[in-house]
Amino acid sequence: MHVLIVFIEILVLFAVVMLHVAYATYFERKIIGHMQVRLGPMQQGWHGLLQPIADGIKSFFKEDIVPAQADVLPFRAAPIICLTAMMAALAVLPFASGWVLADINIGLLFIFAMSSLASYGVILAGWATNSKYTFLGGLRSMAQVVSYEISFGLSLVGVMMLSGSLNLSKIVEAQGSSFGGMYLFPQIIAFFVFCVAMLAETNRVPFDLPEAETELVSGYCTEYSGMRYAMFFMAEYIGMMVMASIGTICFLGGWNGPFEVAFFPPFWFVFKIYIFMFVFIWIRATMPRYRYDQLMDIGWKLLIPLSLVNIVLTGIVKAFVG
Amino acid sequence: MFTEIFFLYCAVMITGTGILAITRRNPVHAVLMVLILFFHMAGLYLTLQAEFLAAVQIIVYAGAILVLYLFVLFLVNLREEMEVESLVDSAWIGRIISAGLAMILVSVIPAFVLGEKGSWPVERIRELTHTKALGQEMYTTFILPFEIAGLILLVAVIGGLVLAKKDNTTQTLEG
Repeated sequence: MHVLIVFIEILVLFAVVMLHVAYATYFERKIIGHMQVRLGPMQQGWHGLLQPIADGIKSFFKEDIVPAQADVLPFRAAPIICLTAMMAALAVLPFASGWVLADINIGLLFIFAMSSLASYGVILAGWATNSKYTFLGGLRSMAQVVSYEISFGLSLVGVMMLSGSLNLSKIVEAQGSSFGGMYLFPQIIAFFVFCVAMLAETNRVPFDLPEAETELVSGYCTEYSGMRYAMFFMAEYIGMMVMASIGTICFLGGWNGPFEVAFFPPFWFVFKIYIFMFVFIWIRATMPRYRYDQLMDIGWKLLIPLSLVNIVLTGIVKAFVG
Repeated sequence: MFTEIFFLYCAVMITGTGILAITRRNPVHAVLMVLILFFHMAGLYLTLQAEFLAAVQIIVYAGAILVLYLFVLFLVNLREEMEVESLVDSAWIGRIISAGLAMILVSVIPAFVLGEKGSWPVERIRELTHTKALGQEMYTTFILPFEIAGLILLVAVIGGLVLAKKDNTTQTLEG
């Protein structure tokens, strides 16, 4: 019986997240459209509201082409690895008090592990396709993920030290429900590092070099078509959601808000995620892409020293104050 | 019951992927096999309530070290099969040596005895969470070995930096 309940919970989470992913693409196109004084999708349904559904059906029925020189098994497995890794990360996110599939003690580390696994999908896609563009995209992604994972992890060490736990629910509870309790204020350096590393980890503008369309066509997913291509995008958007959730949980006080919303406890959590997603899209509409050496400079020479300094500062403050 | 089945599954997968990893001709496939192996090792750690170790296993080994291996493989040679000269002339000498090694390993299995229970039984770890237990032990009881290991790693990092730097300057001089 317990297994059945968990199974139903997983299905509900899956459906809700998939719907969110579909409409995240819609909002991205709409927001960027309006920021560039265009309308965005308008044809399918009222103001293009059915566009994500149409896109989904289209990519589902398109032919799944495997290039002749590709290494077939890794080629087919790559998008699945990406998507499952990101999906698995969803299991440990606490959407509200008690609204979590797997309340494990290493929630934060689990998310790190899954996001590093997702990079394998990208690397494999780049390698298995056997094409120059995808290969360069894969290489870039690999170097980028390895360098930014360090600062990404280190930026959250301060949060772990303050809350004394790796359990995501406990981290939220440790911040309390007051506005000043949010770790955004004591961990402002970490928050900056986290935000930059978050963009790089999810391969978003201004760090979207693995799929830089001006030089690499479409980067690691150039040769993919149909559903497998769509899976990479689902993985990317779920990755954005997961990163936004970590930001919300670790710095913005999770599901706590100015007032309780009794009929829908995760209201503030979802609201904060939407803010993060909007910033993601806003940055994409605004910023030009970084050059590759600049990307590496920021990662190694700015973010990692900053996050190390933050850890030392947090340690000193914690040792003297409490 | 479930734990035993899970352990058996992990053990079979670890052995299987281990063998595959050393028999694959394509080095990238071999690395992928090692990736699967690491995941099952993390699974084994979970059965021992060592959740922190399991997570670190995936983050460090699968997430960083294997990615670096792949990086090196990609940069060195792309799709060529590796041709390695055999160490001994006849394949049969190798087989006999490895059979002998296997015999020695199997023969020492009966000498294996369970150690005494330490101060950290499973219940206590579960109560305190594994991460805290590990941190407390590491920074109190084992602080000296921990610092020595850190120092060794630091030396290795500096050594690597010095070597890489030297290589770089000679290249620019030649170019």
